[in-house]
Amino acid sequence: MIKYSSQFFSNNILKLFLSSLIICISSICFGAGEKINYPQLNWSFSGILGTFDRASQQRGLQVYKEVCSGCHGMRLLAYRNLKAIGYNEDEIKAFASENSVNTINDDGEVVERPARPSDKFVSPYPNDKAARAANGGAYPPDLSLIVKARPDGANYLHALLTGYIDAPSDLKVPDGMYYNKYYSGNLIGMPQPLYDDGVEYADGTKATPDQMAKDVTAFLAWASEPEMEDRKSLGVSVMLFLLLLTALSYFAMKQIWAPIKKQ
Amino acid sequence: MSKSKFKNPVVKWIDHRLPVFSFMDHELNHYPTPKNLNYFWNFGSLAGFALVTMIVTGIVLSMNYTAHVDYAFDSVERIMRDVNHGWLIRYIHMNGASFFFIVVYIHIFRGLYYGSYKAPRELLWILGVLILLLMMATAFMGYVLPWGQMSFWGATVITNLFSAIPLVGESIVTWLWGGFSVDNSTLNRFFSLHFVLPFVIVGVVILHLIALHRFGSNNPIGIDVKGTQDTVPFSPYYTIKDLFGLSVFLSFFAAAVFFFPNFMGHPDNYIEANPMVTPAHIVPEWYFLPFYAILRAIPDKLGGVLFMFGAIAVLFVLPWLDRSSVRSSQFRPIYKIFFWILLFDCILLGYLGAMPAEGIYVILSRIATAYYFFHFLILFPLLPYIEKTKPLPISISEPILGGAATASAFATREKK
Repeated sequence: MIKYSSQFFSNNILKLFLSSLIICISSICFGAGEKINYPQLNWSFSGILGTFDRASQQRGLQVYKEVCSGCHGMRLLAYRNLKAIGYNEDEIKAFASENSVNTINDDGEVVERPARPSDKFVSPYPNDKAARAANGGAYPPDLSLIVKARPDGANYLHALLTGYIDAPSDLKVPDGMYYNKYYSGNLIGMPQPLYDDGVEYADGTKATPDQMAKDVTAFLAWASEPEMEDRKSLGVSVMLFLLLLTALSYFAMKQIWAPIKKQ
Repeated sequence: MSKSKFKNPVVKWIDHRLPVFSFMDHELNHYPTPKNLNYFWNFGSLAGFALVTMIVTGIVLSMNYTAHVDYAFDSVERIMRDVNHGWLIRYIHMNGASFFFIVVYIHIFRGLYYGSYKAPRELLWILGVLILLLMMATAFMGYVLPWGQMSFWGATVITNLFSAIPLVGESIVTWLWGGFSVDNSTLNRFFSLHFVLPFVIVGVVILHLIALHRFGSNNPIGIDVKGTQDTVPFSPYYTIKDLFGLSVFLSFFAAAVFFFPNFMGHPDNYIEANPMVTPAHIVPEWYFLPFYAILRAIPDKLGGVLFMFGAIAVLFVLPWLDRSSVRSSQFRPIYKIFFWILLFDCILLGYLGAMPAEGIYVILSRIATAYYFFHFLILFPLLPYIEKTKPLPISISEPILGGAATASAFATREKK
């Protein structure tokens, strides 16, 4: 009798367990309904074997330099790092020297000198307060880590840069704010940065806002994770080694245990 | 004096005066281990491996890290960008914390399923819970060090919990911070403690191992070893099995480190800490989420803190809460079902901990919290009075010998 009741009990509990598991999983899948969905693009650097597209990155650097760098700094990046996206030393030197940095000379005076490849990217504002003051109180974030610092960063960035549309007629957009369908809350302090032919690409690529957004995202994705290509290629070797080690240790284990299992 | 078992004269000379080689030979080589352990018994050695990995990578990271509110974030980024293979060391350390918890949580649920905490292994279990507690403190303080937004706000939320203590709460928080907010002195002391606590963990792990080797491992059947026919020497049988387990573990670990290094992290922690900007949702690392859900399920602040710590405290007394003398769930038909419910409950709590504390999530958190404490405080003591356990085998060898019939049948089939 006891056995029967425990059997009955266990079947019901099992059903309860399974059904609650299904409810829980489905709520994980569908629960986050209010999230803004960004268009999912096929980035060359996504996937476990993905690499950066050099041409796109270089165009992206141009977009950053000509459009973004007016307000956004990239303080964690050094000019020398640009070697990784295909520039040679002379090009980097020339690129760096367009900016100037403060230094203290032998007489103890603050003087300006042209930036060198070893310098970090020069930020557009001397400090955060100056940046806020120049942008109506909104702080233009540093872009060094922007792709890593946002969920689904690359798609988010591309969406944001191309997401400027006319505000709904019933919404009054305050002065100094702009309407963006992908920004959380829709009101953003950054005016639309990308317009057709906003930059002139040297390689003849048509500079549409979509193209520029893709290029600058490719550049910023690299800036966030400059180690990505090294990481993935080393990862492939490590995985192959571990696969071999797993197979060898498995068969060694089977062989060693064979006499015990036979007993 | 008995004849030395070592041939090498140097080893023999040293061992005669300082018997470390005899000790290792006894504890790592001949150490008799039940021969029926399944793969869930791999997770102890994996936890040990994870601990060593964390200490080694942590020491290297500390050589390049600056514990100062103005430099911490940038010093971590310097490790990621300019230190040779710094990204590798840091991603191993960062993901290593998550994998350490995965391994330890599986190790704990293994203990719960097979009743490994029961006499005479109560102290072994208690030392294990102590290790878990130390790990949580270490992991929490480690997460503060990169000085990102989640570091800062996580530290603020968790240290503020102590303000719930009546009368002296506020003073304790000020004392913990070393000031009137989470600031440079907080970061400095967290770095100091994050560096030293892992070595305390090593100390407790050694005690954990001494306690383990007193009676040896429990096993899936949960009955005591009757003699040498039930055991095999640790080496080569379990050294090779642990190596195989390690290879599989490393494959998962490497996949995370090399291909999805930020999957278990939070994007906000790549934004430098800013006391003036509060993130929309402050969430702790995933391994704290079940406890975070319990904290938020209780409408009272002090109550929440007490229940959260209580969730760990019940583990300390579990060997005396569980009144059943049968260890393994294989012979406890009802407990076995409740084990899976508990596992599901903990995963549900983890999910709820990641959700905003509103609407249905609050209600579910309360139900799940109630079940957690029901399971430990009511079910464990009372179930043995209701449950009819299955008959236990006579010895570990018996079911294996019983299985010999099928094994020989298999052999004859193979011959055909």
